Amino acid sequence: MKIEVLGPGCAKCKLLAERTEEAAKGLGADFTLVKVTEYPDIVARGVMTTPGLVVDGVVKSQGHVPTVAAIRELLR
Amino acid sequence: MESGTKSCACEGPVTRPAPSSGPGFWASGGWLLAALPAWFAIYLSLKPAADWLAFSVFALRPGSRLGEAVAFFAYDGPKVLLLLGLVVLGVSFVQTFISPERTRDLLAKRTGAWGNLLASLLGIATPFCSCSAVPLFIGFVRVGVPLGATFSFLVSAPMVNEVALFLLLSLFGWRIALLYTVTGVMVAFLSGWILSKLRMERHLEPWVMEIPFEASVGASAPMGFARRIEMALQATRDIVAKVWLYVLAGIAVGAFLHGYVPAELLARFMGRSAWWSVPLAVLIGVPLYANAAGIIPIVQVLLAKGAALGTALAFMMAVTGLSLPETVILRKVLKPRLLAVFLGIVAVGIVLVGYLFNLLM
Repeated sequence: MKIEVLGPGCAKCKLLAERTEEAAKGLGADFTLVKVTEYPDIVARGVMTTPGLVVDGVVKSQGHVPTVAAIRELLR
Repeated sequence: MESGTKSCACEGPVTRPAPSSGPGFWASGGWLLAALPAWFAIYLSLKPAADWLAFSVFALRPGSRLGEAVAFFAYDGPKVLLLLGLVVLGVSFVQTFISPERTRDLLAKRTGAWGNLLASLLGIATPFCSCSAVPLFIGFVRVGVPLGATFSFLVSAPMVNEVALFLLLSLFGWRIALLYTVTGVMVAFLSGWILSKLRMERHLEPWVMEIPFEASVGASAPMGFARRIEMALQATRDIVAKVWLYVLAGIAVGAFLHGYVPAELLARFMGRSAWWSVPLAVLIGVPLYANAAGIIPIVQVLLAKGAALGTALAFMMAVTGLSLPETVILRKVLKPRLLAVFLGIVAVGIVLVGYLFNLLM
């Protein structure tokens, strides 16, 4: 599973990355987590409001930080 | 006040609709209706309770500096927090109907002054965070929102928002809250409209129009009333948790400075007679970066100490509407000339609003 956290590096982006890592580890899944911080890369993924969560190329959430439980559902 | 380009002055998380049936009406939302009378009862009993606390429990003398300061704080603190909860809840509920994607689609291809006006108005209610300014800008421009309307939105969104509205309402009354909102929208509208007349599309950085782009679709699954209430409550919790300390600190500073700083101190510098005070307030305010929760209590002190209303409002608009970090962020999509024109037009608009109020009030 390829997980991307999109955002220029603001507090919420960091929080999303932490929660996503926790959720993914909780699932015991095999995953790589990449932070996408450059604007052209963020825009190219079709995300307009950061932070964004992209799993295997699919935008799962944007504009807010879901709870760990909600992220776990998004990763399934 | 916050600092650093990486932190974000947005007031809370942008909640987004997600498909869910949710529990029944009463279980998740209906109790709120029942709670409203209780809210009013508490609100109305705050003043007597504060007086009782200050003058009976602490046995302070009515009319004494300390006594009045404690009574003021014990009354104003809870009052403002109660109002904050109610207003933010209401706005958060409305915001479950509005996403940046929906705003963008409403504005796409809408040319002319109406597009600018609509963008300025939508800016009030659309959840927006300055960290998202660049992707949002590109998202708007690439689906065909005119450049002018995009700028109208970018000015109005941070300047006129729910926290600003509530704080103005509770600290200064509805007249000033309304004045600020109307003139804030006016500045946003006129800035965007003038920019659209200047036809500066070629002053965008080339990558804005060249990079591969795919218009995102906001989650638009139908949502029940209960789910919206649930999301509004979540947003309210987050926002209140984030700003209550700033608000109380501001009120505390206001309560104590009131007695100990001579009231005429600022009148000389920020009073109506000092014609240069408005542009100076804007010049100082533009580089500063703070959200409404941080700046309004300061504005309250300025006003109490003799600053003219127009000068204080111009200062607040400059701090919330324009900022150095946002300028740095926008430079990534705007060539220097367009960026300078944008900053210049908005700053001049804010100065004019300042003069207008100093003349009228």
